[in-house]
Amino acid sequence: MTRRDFVRGGVAAFTVGFAAPAFLTDIARAQGRSRRNLVVLYLSGGNDGLSTLIPYTDAQYYARRPTLAIPAASVLQIGSDSGGTPLGLNPRLTDLRTIFNAGRLAIIQRTGYPNSSRSHFQGTDIWSSADPSTPQGMGWLGRYLDRLPAPVDPLTAWSTVRETPRTLLARTVGVPSIANVQEYAFASPNGGADALAARQSATRIASHVPVDQPHLAFVNSTAQAAFNTLDRVAQVNNYAPTVAYPNNGFGQALQMVAGAIARGVGTNIFWVQTGGYDTHAGQNTNVANGSYNGLMTTLNGGLFAFYRDLLNQGLLTDTLVLQFSEFGRRISENGSSGTDHGAASLMMAIGGGVRGGIYGTAANLRIGNDNPTLENSSQDVRFETDFRSVYARVIDNWLGGDSSAILGGDFRAGPNFI
Amino acid sequence: MSRREQEIEHLFRRAGFGASQEEIDAHNRLSFASYSGAVAQLLNYTEFPDDVDSFVQRPGYVGVTGRSGSGFQPATNILDARQRWLFRMIHTKRPLQEKMALFWHNHFATAYTKVVGEIGDSAIATRMFAAKPEDDGSRTTGQLELFREHAMGNFRDLLVEVAKDPAMLVWLDGRTNIRTRPQENFARELMELFTIGVGHFEETDVYAGARVFTGWNLALANRNTAQARYDFFYNAPQHDTTAKEFSFPIYSDGARVIPARSAADGMQDGIELINALARHPLTGPRLALKLYRYFINEVDPPDEGLIEGLARVYYASGFEIGPMVRLILMSSQFKDPANYYRRYSWPVEFVVRSIKEVGWQGFSVNTALTPLVNMGQQLFEPPDVNGWELAQGWFSSGGMLARMNFAATLATNQRFNLREQTRGKVDSAESMLTFMLDRLTPPEFSRDAYNALLEYANFGGAWTGSDTQLAAKSSGLAHLITGSGDYQLV
Repeated sequence: MTRRDFVRGGVAAFTVGFAAPAFLTDIARAQGRSRRNLVVLYLSGGNDGLSTLIPYTDAQYYARRPTLAIPAASVLQIGSDSGGTPLGLNPRLTDLRTIFNAGRLAIIQRTGYPNSSRSHFQGTDIWSSADPSTPQGMGWLGRYLDRLPAPVDPLTAWSTVRETPRTLLARTVGVPSIANVQEYAFASPNGGADALAARQSATRIASHVPVDQPHLAFVNSTAQAAFNTLDRVAQVNNYAPTVAYPNNGFGQALQMVAGAIARGVGTNIFWVQTGGYDTHAGQNTNVANGSYNGLMTTLNGGLFAFYRDLLNQGLLTDTLVLQFSEFGRRISENGSSGTDHGAASLMMAIGGGVRGGIYGTAANLRIGNDNPTLENSSQDVRFETDFRSVYARVIDNWLGGDSSAILGGDFRAGPNFI
Repeated sequence: MSRREQEIEHLFRRAGFGASQEEIDAHNRLSFASYSGAVAQLLNYTEFPDDVDSFVQRPGYVGVTGRSGSGFQPATNILDARQRWLFRMIHTKRPLQEKMALFWHNHFATAYTKVVGEIGDSAIATRMFAAKPEDDGSRTTGQLELFREHAMGNFRDLLVEVAKDPAMLVWLDGRTNIRTRPQENFARELMELFTIGVGHFEETDVYAGARVFTGWNLALANRNTAQARYDFFYNAPQHDTTAKEFSFPIYSDGARVIPARSAADGMQDGIELINALARHPLTGPRLALKLYRYFINEVDPPDEGLIEGLARVYYASGFEIGPMVRLILMSSQFKDPANYYRRYSWPVEFVVRSIKEVGWQGFSVNTALTPLVNMGQQLFEPPDVNGWELAQGWFSSGGMLARMNFAATLATNQRFNLREQTRGKVDSAESMLTFMLDRLTPPEFSRDAYNALLEYANFGGAWTGSDTQLAAKSSGLAHLITGSGDYQLV
C-alpha cells in the first residue's frame, strides 16, 4: 500500500469521526465567517524599501548610495505620491507594475511605529503581535481567530512555513504549518487494516489534552490538528494551476495557497514567507546577479503567477495579499555594498478589492535635524503611517472583524487602500 | 522500574541523547554504578578517547550513506557532515560534549546556506562548519570543532574564538568590516544574542562595537588548491584607531571608553569589549537561564535561586561553563521527578533518542536528514542568528506529523530486529506493550492513551506469537509510542 492509497483509504474511516470537508465549509459559512482570503506575506530580514520603491529624483538618494542607488533611467516609473515625489519600482518588478497599472497594487510608504526596533527578532515580534509594548503575546491574526465563534476549524489558517509564526499564534486554535502537501500525510509500518487501527490509536492518544500538563496538551493538540486536517489538505495534492509558478520555495508556496483557495479546503488566512532581505553585504542592486535583484525577481515572479492564477479562476476578487517586513534599512550604504538595520519601510497590498496606488509620502533623504521625515541623526527613515492602521483596515474592511478589540485601540484612520 | 533506573534514564536523556539498552546495561554492571558516578563520567569526558569517528561505516553501528561516486565526505559535503554529527550523537562515549556542542550551535547560530552562497565553494564552506584538522590537507578547524573543544570550557575564550571563526565572519559579515565603512551585524548580535540581551544596550553601542571589530577580517590560504582555506586575519590598516565609547562599563573601574590605540595594537579593542560583555552583570544570568531551560525544565517558571547560584558560579569561576553544568546535574532540582519530561525535545534529540531506543542495525542516518528538515531542524542551518524557535516553537501540526512519520520510517526499518528482540520475551499483546514501553522510556501514558495502545496491540486477531505478528506489533507499537505527543517530551 502506498502512502497515497493509505490517505485515500483513510478518508472513509476519518469521516466517521470527523466532519467531511464540504460540511466544515458549510459550518464556516453558517457562522457568517468571511469567505475572503487573506495572504500575509513576510519578507524576512528587513526589506530595503528604498530599493523597492525608488525616489529617483532625490539627489540625496544618489549622494548617500554611491554604488547602491538605482539610476533614474532604469526604474519603472509609476507616477508621484501625494507629496509630489516621483517614484519608480525596482527594475525587476516589471510584472508588479502590470498589477499596479491594473489598479490592483497599493504601496503604502513609510510604514512603521514609534521607536522602531532595529532587532530582527523584536521587530518581527512587534509587527506580528501589533503590540510594541508587549510583543511576546499572541499574534494580531491569532486574536482575530480567537474571536471567531467556537469551535474554530484548525484549518481556518495555514502557515506555509515549518513553524507557526507569531502572527498566527492564537489562544484557542493551533494553526497548522503545512510547508509541503505531499508530506502532510500519516504513514504506518504496516498496511491495510492494521494501518487504520494505528491511525485510530494515534488519534485517540492525541486526544489526551490534560489541563494539569499544558505542555503535553499543547503537543497533543498539534497532533490533533494534524489528524483533523490531513485529509482535506490532501485534496490540494493534485491541484493543477492555470499558470506555471516559478520553481522556487516562494512560488511553490503560493501555488499551494492557490490550490487551497481553489479547492475550498476551508482556509482563508495564509502565511507566506520569503527570506534573504537582511542585505548587510552584497546587496548589489546594480549588479545583474546581485542579491537584491534575485530577491526582487523571486518576489515579482511568484506574485504575478499567483495574481494571474487567481484572476483566471475568478478568485482574485476574494483574495488580498498583504506584505510587510520587520524594518527598513539604513539610508546610507555601508562598506560592504549593503545596508544595515534601519526603521520605516513600505507595505504592499495586492488583490481584487484593492484600490491601487501610492499611499503616504516619501521621505526627504536630506541630512539635517530639521528634517522630520528622518530619525536617528537622519540615518533612517521615520514612519509616517502606523502599521496598525493598515492592519485595522484589513480587519474591519476585509475580514469583517473588530479592529479596536483586536488591536487594543482605535487605529481606524489609516490609508484607504481597501 | 526502580527510582534509580528512572533517574539514570532521565540523566541520559538530558545530559545526552538517551541511552540504548546496552548503555543502560553497561552502566548497571559498573561496581560504582551510582547517580553521582554517572554524572562524573559524563562531566569528565576527556577521560574517554574522542574516537567516535573511527567507528563510522563499521559493522554494529548506525549506517551513513555517501554520495554516489565520491563516497562519504563529512569534511567537504554538508549532507555527510550532518550525518557524521548524528552518528556522533548516537555512538559517542562523550554524550555531554555533543550535547553542549549542540547548545553552542544554537547559541552562536550560523547557517551554511549563506556562507556557501557568499564564498561560492561548497567544499570550503562545509569545512568551515564541520571539518577536523586531520580530515584533509587543508587542516581546517570547523566551527563545530570549536564548539566541541570549548563545549564545557571558558565562555569568554569561546566568545573570542567565535569572533575569529571564519564561518561567523562570513555569516555576520565581519570579513567586510573596515575602518571607512564599519559593518554592524556582528557587534549587534554579539550584544543582543550572544551575551547581554536585547533592550540593555543603545544603538550607539552597536556603532561603537562595529568600529571595535574593524579589521577582524578573513584571508584565503592555499588559494586555488584543494587545500584552500579561510583564516582569521587581523587587517591592521583597516582598523579604526579612534576611541570608542559605550553606555555600559568596559573596564572594572567603570570606565566606558576604549581608548584610541595604534592600528598594530587595535585587536585589543575587541578583546576588551568581549571581556566587558563576558563580565557584564546580565550575561551570567542569561546564560544560566538558557542552561537551566536546556537541562532542567523549560515548561515551568525557572527556580530563581538556582539561576542566581549558577550566575554566581559563572562569575566566581571566571566564566567557566563546566562548573555551571556540574551544579545543574548535581542539583536537587535536576533530580526532582517533577522536572522529568519537562522539556520539549529538539528534532535532532528526538531522532537520535528514537534511534538509540528503537535500534539502528541496517538503518542509515541519511534517512533522517529530510525528515529533520520537515521537523524544523537541519543541522548547520538554523533559521537565523537567533537560533531555532525552541520549546513550543518546534511543534506545529506539520512538524508533529513529520515526527510521527519518522517514527514510522524507523519502526518499519527495524521490524525484523524488533521481532528478534521480542521473540521469547513476550507472550501476549499486553506483554508486548510492556516490553516496548520499558525499552522506549516515555512518560507514563494516561489510562485512555494506554488503552488505545493496548487496543492496537490486540487488533487483528488473537495472540499467536508468530514471527509475522511479532514483527507487525513490535514495529507498530514502536511507531505509536515514539510518534506520540508524550514521547516528544524528555
